Amino acid sequence: MNHWVKAGALAIGMAASTFAMAADKIKIATEGAWAPFNFVNEQGQLAGFDVDIANALCAKMKVECEIVGQDWDGMIPALKVRKFDAIVASMSITEERLRQVDFTDHYYSGGLRFMGPEGKELDTSKVGLKGKVIGAQRSTVGGMYLEDNLADVVDIKLYDTQEAVYLDLQAGRLDGAIADELPAYDWLNGDNGKGFEFKGEAFAKNDKIGIAIRKKDELKEKFNQALKEIRADGTYEKINAKYFPFSIY
Amino acid sequence: MDWSVIAEYYPRLLEGSWMTLKLVILSSILGLILAIPMALARVSESLAWNGLPRLYIFFFRGTPLLIQIFLFYYGLSQFEIVRESALWPYLREPYWCAIIVLGLHTAAYVAEILRGALQAIPRGEVEACRVMGMTKPTMYRRILLPRAFGIMMPAYGNEVILMLKGSALASTITLLDLTGMARTIIARTYTPEEIYIAAGVLYLLISWLFMLFFKLLDRLFNRHQMV
Repeated sequence: MNHWVKAGALAIGMAASTFAMAADKIKIATEGAWAPFNFVNEQGQLAGFDVDIANALCAKMKVECEIVGQDWDGMIPALKVRKFDAIVASMSITEERLRQVDFTDHYYSGGLRFMGPEGKELDTSKVGLKGKVIGAQRSTVGGMYLEDNLADVVDIKLYDTQEAVYLDLQAGRLDGAIADELPAYDWLNGDNGKGFEFKGEAFAKNDKIGIAIRKKDELKEKFNQALKEIRADGTYEKINAKYFPFSIY
Repeated sequence: MDWSVIAEYYPRLLEGSWMTLKLVILSSILGLILAIPMALARVSESLAWNGLPRLYIFFFRGTPLLIQIFLFYYGLSQFEIVRESALWPYLREPYWCAIIVLGLHTAAYVAEILRGALQAIPRGEVEACRVMGMTKPTMYRRILLPRAFGIMMPAYGNEVILMLKGSALASTITLLDLTGMARTIIARTYTPEEIYIAAGVLYLLISWLFMLFFKLLDRLFNRHQMV
């Protein structure tokens, strides 16, 4: 009998200690298909601006973090059911998302822009886009923009990843695509983006990107504090300079 | 749980179901057309005849449907020859790509099912045909194929229902089938439980319809056995 009590106490103790350990560790999700903000590098690890920022924040908060990959369109549901504690995946702060989760202060800003094949005219006004096939990633600000504003004139194709949008641009299935300006800028400047260019000017420039956490999670204040610190001590600038020659804050 | 999203979005879910139905029906027809000659070649004993279908079946049964869809959709389009061919207006469309790949995929399985059925026909019946003096083509057309269809019907109905579920992968190449539609709705409403449950119920309904249909077909082909 005594043995059983001891064994039971031991088991509870062990369970409690693993619990405590788990609580110290923050699990952060990113997508891994949104270069240069988050992608899988040649070593098979998650890397990019988002990952660097997440690591810098964790260092400031003095907590251990684990960065995990998660498909984009399951991101918010998975956060809500506690598969991880925060999303650092270039997620725009939108009204629709704010109904589901909380966001920290923004850690960079973006805007949307059309792109398409070089040398082919693409008038990005509503009239000019009539009958065109335009792609975007599902569940993104760009995808929503198409559905909300151009659904009646444009043939919308929604993809699971931004990489798939690029592939179909190259295949010639799309007359154009709509994407966040910064990752598109990176793609257009790389080898794969040869032969493509921005069409028209950037718009929806009030796009603020933040870290999503569960509603009323105290992590929000910690992240905000750490964000202020990396902004103040130059860590942020250093990371920024690694990816873009201009400030994206 | 917020069930009002289903009330709001069910027309779009029905639209998705219609796309799913079209994918399954058209690809099944394509698959069956391809499978019949393949099965006939496959039962032949000479390697010259059964080599090619064997290789085909080996490839399509041995690789995941998702890989086949990606290879066909993203892979083929990387080649300039394909993009400039007369087929490009079709291959450009994810709809036709999905139907073609699903059709090619199911053809491999149906060919094997049909081969099994052909080989399961009791020897005596084949001999009876010979005794009647039938030529091979007449024998296949009038006796062996109809008989094989009767034998394979339950297994074939199964395969079509597997295709119904396989068709969900079409959502990965931008098609708004039932799964694609559900995911697109969820991207906006963030209500995965409600919408996926609704989509699941619609899938159940569709497979129930298919089951009924194949039960009828089974009766039709095996009517001589009904007492």
